[in-house]
Order: sequence, then C-alpha cells, then structure tokens
Amino acid sequence: MMDLIANLISGLSLGSIYALIALGYTMVYGIAKMLNFAHGDIIMVGAFAVITTVSMLGFPPVLAIAASIVCCVVLGVCVERIAYKPLRKSPPLAVLITAIGVSYFLQSLALLIFGSTQHSFPKVISAPAIQLGSLTIQGNMLVTLAVMVVIMIGMSLFISKSKTGKAMRAVSEDRDAAELMGISVNRTITITFAIGSALAAVAGVFYGTTYGFIGPYTGSMPGIKAFVAAVFGGIGSMPGAMLGGILLGVIENLAKRYISTELSDAIVFAVLIIVLMVKPTGLLGKQVNEKV
Amino acid sequence: MKKIFALALAAMMVLAAFAGCSNGNSAKDDSFVIGGIGPLTGDYATYGVSVKQGAELAVKEINEAGGINGVPVTLLFEDDQVDAEMAVNAYNKLMDDGMDVSLGAVTSGACIAVSEKAHEDGILMITPSGSQVECIQYDNAFRICFADPEQGVNAAKFLANNNVAKKIAIIYDKSNDYSNGFKESFVASAAELGLEIVSEQAFTNQSNTDFSVQLQAIASTDAELIFLPIYAQEAAYILTQAKSAGMDQIFFGGDGLDGIIEKIGADNIAATEGLMFLTPFDTQADEQNIKFTADYQAAYNATPDQFAGDGYDAIYTIKAAAEHAGVKPGDKDFNEKIIAAMTEITVDGTTGTMQWAADGAPNKAAAVVVLHDGVPSAYVGK
Repeated sequence: MMDLIANLISGLSLGSIYALIALGYTMVYGIAKMLNFAHGDIIMVGAFAVITTVSMLGFPPVLAIAASIVCCVVLGVCVERIAYKPLRKSPPLAVLITAIGVSYFLQSLALLIFGSTQHSFPKVISAPAIQLGSLTIQGNMLVTLAVMVVIMIGMSLFISKSKTGKAMRAVSEDRDAAELMGISVNRTITITFAIGSALAAVAGVFYGTTYGFIGPYTGSMPGIKAFVAAVFGGIGSMPGAMLGGILLGVIENLAKRYISTELSDAIVFAVLIIVLMVKPTGLLGKQVNEKV
Repeated sequence: MKKIFALALAAMMVLAAFAGCSNGNSAKDDSFVIGGIGPLTGDYATYGVSVKQGAELAVKEINEAGGINGVPVTLLFEDDQVDAEMAVNAYNKLMDDGMDVSLGAVTSGACIAVSEKAHEDGILMITPSGSQVECIQYDNAFRICFADPEQGVNAAKFLANNNVAKKIAIIYDKSNDYSNGFKESFVASAAELGLEIVSEQAFTNQSNTDFSVQLQAIASTDAELIFLPIYAQEAAYILTQAKSAGMDQIFFGGDGLDGIIEKIGADNIAATEGLMFLTPFDTQADEQNIKFTADYQAAYNATPDQFAGDGYDAIYTIKAAAEHAGVKPGDKDFNEKIIAAMTEITVDGTTGTMQWAADGAPNKAAAVVVLHDGVPSAYVGK
C-alpha cells in the first residue's frame, strides 16, 4: 500500500512536468494551429541557462530561475519570429518540418556549446524529504506538484479573465473574425509563444532538479511524452493538457513498477491508442465541425 | 532572402566536408605506431579519455627512455563513440596510417568488431578494458582488464567473505551486454555463497534517467546493499536520486563505476559517500602507482582511474612483448613473434602483476575501493 502511494506521488510529480510542457504544446496548437516540435528543446535550453548562471556566474537560485525564464521567453519569441512567422500562410506540413528543423538546430547548438557529456544540475530547489510512517516523500516532488497546481490555477484565471486571455481564446476560435474585431493576431501568437516558453523553462528547472543531469538531448524524450499527453487530453484544450500530462506520468510509473520496466513506454502508447479509438479528440477535446 | 539562405546552406556543407578531414598526423615509417580506439566524446567519453591519457603518459616515458628496441613510439587515438561501426572505420584509418599494434577498443561492443578486423590482418591487439569474453576470442587478442563473468564472481565473493551485506538488491541495464553478463554471473555465484537477492530491477537505454520507480521498489524491501553492475553515468543518476529520496543502503559496483566522480559533478559528491566498487587499480597501491598518479595529475589535472591504469599498462605490455621477442616494426614475422611473446612475459603494471594465458586473459587480483569525500581508498575489512 505504502509502495503504491509512493509510486503514485512520484508519478504525479513526473506527470506535473509532462503537464507543464504539454500546456505549451496545446496553447501553441490552439492558437497558431501548429505543432511546435522544438518545444521540448526549450526545456533543455532553460535547464542549461540555470546551469550556466549558477555555476559560471554564481547567481542565487531565484535569480537563476528568473534568468532561465527570460532566456526561454526570448528564445521562444525569436524562434516564432524567425522560423514560424514567415510561414504563417504556408501549408501546415511546411511549418511542422520547420519545427523539427528548429529542434535539431537547438540540440546541435547545445552540443557545440556544452559538449555531449551530461552536466550535473545545481540544487536550485531543495526541500527536505518528508517521512510519513514508512513512507518517504521527496521534498522536490512535493514542490513540483505545488508549483504545478499554482501554475494551472494561474493559467486558467489568465485565460478566462484577462483581456489577453480573451484575445487568445478569440484567435483560437476564429482567427479572421478575431482580426476583424481589432485583435492583433501576430501579437497574440507572440504572447502565446512567450508564455509557452516560460512554462517550458519552469519544466526544465523541475526536470533538472528531479533527475539531476542535463545533456543536449535531454529535452527530446520529455518533449515527445508531453506531446502525447497533449493529444491524450485533447490537443488545444488546456485542462486536457493538464489531465493528460498527469495521467501519463502516473500510468508510466505504475506500469514500470507493476508490469515491466522495459515495456512501460509501450504501455503508455497502447493506452493512448485505446483512448483515441474510443474518443478521437482526446479526453477533453472538443468536436469541431468543419464548415464547408 | 532565398539566395542568402542557399549560400548559407552551401557554406555549411563545405564546412561539414572539411570537418571530416583529420589534421593529418600520419605517422612516419621509422616509428612504432600504436593505434588506440575508444569513446572520446559522448556519454562514455570518460573511459576513452582516461585510456588515451594513460597511454600517452606511458608513450612519453618510453620515448624519453629511448623508445622500444630503439624505435620511437607514436600513439594515434581515434574516437568511436562506443559505436562498433565507427570503431571499424577508425581501425581502417589507423591501418592506413601505418598501425603496428592495435590497442583494440576501449568498450566491449566496439572491441569485438575491431577484433574481427585485427584477426584478419593478423596484428597484435591488446584491449585495455574490453571486458566481454568475445573481445579476445582470437589468438592475436589479449586484454588488460578482467572479464565480465570473473567480475561477477569476484563481487559476490567479496560481499560474502567480508560479510558486507546478506540481502542484496540489483539495478542493471537490460539493454547492455556488459551489465547483463556481470549481473548474471553475480546472481549465480551469490546463490552459491548464501547471499539473498531480494529485488532485481532493470532499466534500458531508453529509460536511463528516471530511477524513482526502481529505487522505490527497493526501498520497500529489506535490502541492505544495492548492487550496480552498470556504467558510471547511470550510476550517477541512481546515486543522486537515492540520496534525495533519503535511502541509506550501501552501493556497490564493478569497474564500470570508475570515473563516477567526474560524472556526478562536484555538487553531488556527498551522494558517493561510502560507494564501493571492484577495481584492480588503486592510486596509492605501491611506489609505481604513486608516481603514475602524481605524473598523471601533473599532466592532466585529474586523478587517474582504472581505465587510465589500463591504458598505461597496455603500452608497457606492448613494450615488454616487443623487447622479449626482440623485434622492430618492419622486421620479418613481426606480428607472429610479438604475439608469441605475449604468453611468455610478466608485466608488473599499475593494475597488478599480469601474465597471460593463451586465451588472452590476464591473471591478476581484484581490489575493492571505497569513496570518502570523493577520494578512493582501499577497502579495509571490518
């Protein structure tokens, strides 16, 4: 029983990281109607920004995390401006391939700058482990969970209450109509990329803290998993991304523990296929009728 | 815009083409050319870099003392990134550069591929650290390190004889030959010696960053010791994650854990406290090792590990064999004579005193080192 609870908690914490990344995927998809496959690599950049600022420049943790968020936001906006904006009117496939190109570019750049070895991640978040009977819960897992909940609530409020959030919803519903209403589509898309990248930076910090090491390819696997989580929950839906991420983390951990370590990824994907067969739009995705 | 892009693309391709060229260090005809192959970049780079540096140190000493049979030694070292195909390419390149003796490859998989080529060419091959049995399946191949099955037996014997722990959990890499071989022989001899394996946890190279599930599974048993028949990078993940989960089991592993200090980074040294691993190399074992360690530190600003010792010993083994046979590169029957000499020599190296049987395996003793504050010291029984 204790074992199950411990695995659930580590699954929730892993799922929170997936959810943070999936949020970025799903927001960009919802508003710009594109799959930003470079999103996973932003996590890696964010984590390396923390490593650089802490170990080379001696920044205190809070400042390092802030610097990492700023760095990722600037990078996200630049990538959008340089790589995606010129292709706004191109077919979706062109944008998709560009995104894959950006992903490789970021990985290779990190490889050139930091080398291929794994760098140990500084302890920017240190919370003591909590002992509940025979159960030990890692402090940083709880912090991950708590931050995740705060970000989720914050994001939901931002999307539903703020003016920018309203503009984002409008653009996601009907881009042309939104433009006619005086909403700047370009500005809204830029803001979406900025927010998505900031969330990726936060995810990078938690990823680094939980696993301890960062390399140039660190972002690709969690990026793919988060994309799966976004599809799982219903791509374009923010609550769906959160739910999908958390479910994915929990299923992965339980499958590893109780079925097979080697098969856990296969099981995760099998669950995804079953969900998509029953509900093609994902758990919380909306059915959109195409108008002819 | 398109033109600029096309130009940039063309420029990149030209650059890429040039990057493939080496800086042309082709060896001269009048030197004894030793060719090394190992990972100099990538996750396992520490092994290759250590072997290379150890070998370089030996070559420098030998050349200062007048070379091998009066012939100066040239060491060429190629990167294989632990990849068998790259290792074979590296081997071919070294042969083109006039290699006389091959230092095999540093890791097992690459070494097996290289041993096929070296066997075809009939040259002497000495692998510093290819521990899998097949690395030395041919008559021309020898090794400096232990074999994987031997290590498993030695590890189990050590735990039983010193009464370190009775209940043992294992975390191993199911996708890696070294790890599987080491683990299987350990499990087999642990059963004979009355050690109890309470949990066996696996991972693969697709899932080698998150060990929370495996560690949690072990924490729910009464294991006193966690056995890690794996490489240092994964062990670094496991140790730091176990530390933050507040686990207090003893960690124990084989020669794959050598180099863990560099992998784990200065921030996490505390997680290696009390870590034990089997290694034939102790920096302070005798005067030769103390001198080697001091010279190595002066040259590379790092503490030598077992792989550095293996590289150093491999070069001196080649020297001993050539001198015993009394041959120089270019002599008639150079390869046959130097290979025949291998089973007749005794080398007192930094990793122990070695003699080779015809199967290519050395006989030498294993020692266990314990890490305190990131510094290895010989294990003293309790």
